[in-house]
Amino acid sequence: MQIGLIHYLAVAAILFSLGMFCVITRKNAIGILMGVELILNGANVNFVAFNHYLGGVLSGQIFAAFVIVLAAAEAAVGLAIILGIYQNMRTIDASEADTLRD
Amino acid sequence: MKRFDFASWRALGALAALAALLIPGLALAEEGWETNSAGMAGAVAFWALAGLSVVSAAGVAFSRNILYSSFSLLGTFLGVAGLYVFLSADFLAVAQVLIYVGGVLVLILFAVMLTSRIGDVRISNEAVGVFPATLATVVTTGLMLFIAWMTPWRTGAQPLSHQPTAAALGELFLTRYLLPFEIASVVLLATLVGAVVVARKEIKPE
Repeated sequence: MQIGLIHYLAVAAILFSLGMFCVITRKNAIGILMGVELILNGANVNFVAFNHYLGGVLSGQIFAAFVIVLAAAEAAVGLAIILGIYQNMRTIDASEADTLRD
Repeated sequence: MKRFDFASWRALGALAALAALLIPGLALAEEGWETNSAGMAGAVAFWALAGLSVVSAAGVAFSRNILYSSFSLLGTFLGVAGLYVFLSADFLAVAQVLIYVGGVLVLILFAVMLTSRIGDVRISNEAVGVFPATLATVVTTGLMLFIAWMTPWRTGAQPLSHQPTAAALGELFLTRYLLPFEIASVVLLATLVGAVVVARKEIKPE
């Protein structure tokens, strides 16, 4: 069976959806960050797959590289914030860190 | 509490299944490279890698234990790196392994170990609002698959050949995409400073 663009798009869609499910349902802030990583990976697979099958210059791979850079930056800052919240509140439950609301 | 109960065995079984998926996938990926992912071996390797990514992502999304979730993320990252190899993105595959597995995943594990107390690790990753989330996820997946299936993608041209991409990527970064490249470096610097400022211990002036 010939593996085509549609297969990669399907894998990327499933990765994106699982990441979205993770982001919606998790209460643990680190779990939410993991969902964001899944979403970014799904988007990256799309970029690289389109670049491979539609040809042309390597623009898709360049964009994927920028996404990887930004994902690393997001993870570093996000986890630093989570650790700061944990130091102040002794919890990383996203629904309990709501002092700004009161 | 028992040292090694049913849940632990189940997790070990899942890990063994993941390894069993990964090893033939990687072994066949090399052959798939030769045949431009058209032959039987390429197809088998693609399904193994895609299955590894999706099963691990499901583990991340559905596991009740934040530690198992984070280890499951490893399978997703490795599977996606394998898919990059198929898509003639060798540099990105290596960057994925180096940055995601070596950097992001280690950071996540670090944060998990620092924050969750051992006692409540079993319920460390509870889920809320599963029903509306499932509904939204199923609708989104269906919509995306429908669009991907129905759109007549312009794939008539020859797919990219499996050439080394590092030199071409470097040249593009330093010519056509120079401004985004420089902005990315400024973003990384800001991240570095920001993470240190946010995470450091506050020293109260007396």
